[in-house]
Amino acid sequence: MFGRIRHMVVKEFVQTFREKRNWMMLFGTPLIQLFMFGYIVTTDVNNISTALYDLDRSPESRELARRLQASGYFTISHYPQSPDEIRNLLDRGKVLCAIQIDEHFAKDIASHKPAQVQVLVDGTDSNTAMIAMNYIAGIVTRYNADIMSPSIKAQLFLLDIRPRVWYNPDLKSRNYNVPGVIASIIMLMCLMLTSMAVVREREMGTMEQLMVSPIKPIELMLGKTIPFAVISFLDMSLVTAVGVFWFGITIKGSIIFLFLGTSVYLLSVLGMGLFLSTILRTQQQALMATMFFNMPAMLLSGFMFPIDNMPEVFQYLTYLNPLRYFLVIIRGIFLKGSGLDVLWPQILTLFLLGVIIIALSSFRFRKRLS
Amino acid sequence: MKLLRIKAIAKKELIQIRRDPLSLAIAFLMPVMQLFIYGYAITFDVNNIKTVVLDRDRSSLSRELVSEFESSGYFTIAAYIDRYNDIDTFFKMNRAKVAIIIPERFSKEMKAGKSAQVGVILDGSDSNTATIAQGYIDAVGLLFAQRSGGAKLSPAVDMRGRVWYNPELKSRNFIIPGLIVVIMAVIVALLTSLTVAREWERGTMEQLISTPVSPAELIVGKLIPYFCIGLADILMAISVGVFWFGVPLKGSPLLLILLAMIFTFGGVSFGILISISAKGSQAIASQMALLSTFLPSFLLSGFMFAISNMPAVLQLVTYIFPARYFVTISKGIFLKGNSAEMLAWEALLLTLFGIAVFILAVRKFRKRMD
Repeated sequence: MFGRIRHMVVKEFVQTFREKRNWMMLFGTPLIQLFMFGYIVTTDVNNISTALYDLDRSPESRELARRLQASGYFTISHYPQSPDEIRNLLDRGKVLCAIQIDEHFAKDIASHKPAQVQVLVDGTDSNTAMIAMNYIAGIVTRYNADIMSPSIKAQLFLLDIRPRVWYNPDLKSRNYNVPGVIASIIMLMCLMLTSMAVVREREMGTMEQLMVSPIKPIELMLGKTIPFAVISFLDMSLVTAVGVFWFGITIKGSIIFLFLGTSVYLLSVLGMGLFLSTILRTQQQALMATMFFNMPAMLLSGFMFPIDNMPEVFQYLTYLNPLRYFLVIIRGIFLKGSGLDVLWPQILTLFLLGVIIIALSSFRFRKRLS
Repeated sequence: MKLLRIKAIAKKELIQIRRDPLSLAIAFLMPVMQLFIYGYAITFDVNNIKTVVLDRDRSSLSRELVSEFESSGYFTIAAYIDRYNDIDTFFKMNRAKVAIIIPERFSKEMKAGKSAQVGVILDGSDSNTATIAQGYIDAVGLLFAQRSGGAKLSPAVDMRGRVWYNPELKSRNFIIPGLIVVIMAVIVALLTSLTVAREWERGTMEQLISTPVSPAELIVGKLIPYFCIGLADILMAISVGVFWFGVPLKGSPLLLILLAMIFTFGGVSFGILISISAKGSQAIASQMALLSTFLPSFLLSGFMFAISNMPAVLQLVTYIFPARYFVTISKGIFLKGNSAEMLAWEALLLTLFGIAVFILAVRKFRKRMD
């Protein structure tokens, strides 16, 4: 049995690595994805292009503008001269945010009347809009506090909250996102490669040849799967190395444990790929089905959107998603240095998920062959 | 070019599409599924942040502070803990993201009018949630201090924020117009990119070449059915967005459809160009499609991640991909009611892209046949 599987595996490797373009496909694609995702998937908002319409032109209004600019969140790029001009800038998307400091701003502050500042935000991108509004409110609050009389100030800051941030003190979103990106890339690669490879054999008619050989269905399946498990492992190491050395993400936990986690993860993802391939007939279908499953798997995993915020029905759906568990594992190991004592439920679930789906697909595989 | 031959090729392609109902079904199900996930499951809002409390004071005042946090709606108290070390466990098991530590002398100091310290620890691994939580904590603290200090505060500077285009900041309104672009990219990447590669891989291309069909005719014939599917998909997505999810369509629907047709033409031509370049391997074609249409339209179009946040080099890269222009068009027409004159530049670039890609595809195909 092992001899025959070995021959299958060797055949697959020879077939795959004979062609140079496959090298690019297997190792280039995940790298390009890592760079794209790694640089783009960020929830930090900064350099919001801003228009400033200062009707007061006093030292006070300039100070407020200076604080906005100095915060790093806003870049004042336009100085419109009329409300119409503001409207035009927002309509054309030249600025995301417009700040209008009314006349008498300085006078009102001096005479203890509320001085008016108007903020207009382009709500098309609701997330950025909300964050921008919060930043401005924060800057205005601080400005208020600084020009306040000391007695009111003492009262206002009676409660002295001292926040501390653990695991990721600079709150860099990259530290959180890159491990997530690694996990999702591996899922996409692995799903696509396995499902397409098995289906290809069927589409090209070479499956018939394999079936007349003395090889058993289970051996055929293992022989097809092992090479992709190995390739996925290599991809994982490659992408992780780039994450560590290029993006500067540190792994706080144990690397050996990371590999253990990866192997149970790959088990379940390979299983899913195999299962898909028992349903599909053409590579076209394999590609479509992979994407059909991959999109929701990415969105409903906690990769970009926290699971806690989803409606309950969708939260239950996420339990079927291997990516959900692996994200907890990889982020735990990278950022928190978690070990088996904390992560065993995820590891166990992934393992069971993998075993069940592989059993299911080998059952279907046998049925299809006979 | 002869109409008759184009018709024949289109008919042949149509028959092939009809014979693969699974792919066709996915082509229509995928947009609907994504619309529903984005419409129902995912929000950018952060609330119900799981919080643990270490209350060393156990006074009525400290309980008031905790209930202030709870009633804000942003925090859910997951547990009360007794030991500082428990925080690490809760964070590592992902059972809490925020810890509030109220020291023993809290109520005494508050009553004495001294500044009372409260410690807050945030799980920084999820930087987005942590940043937002920090803002909420400051706000809750300020509110609590005001209430318990009895101070009536009228701030010196009164900020009035207004949001245009999407006043309720619904992320649905921002996602769905952009989603049309992603859907298009999916259709292009998954359907058209394999159509020529498949003919080569299966050897049926030889038969086509031996007929009097010219390269341009062949490409136009192959384009037509996919163009129709793509357009039907877009129309479906727009109607589901408008009628089901109630996304406002402020601009002209006709303009949107016209520009969508230009975009679809460019997209489908690009898919065919990929297919011709893939040298008869469907696996390679699908990877190329993934890298050159799917990922860019998802990541580099400004659909979800603001372009202004990207590194400068990637910002330049976004100009190459038509998805960027169509996202601007779609969001502009949907939410801002932009007129044709305002979008002229984007429309021109889309048209040029479509024509250039089509010519390139024809030339490349001619070269391959020689």
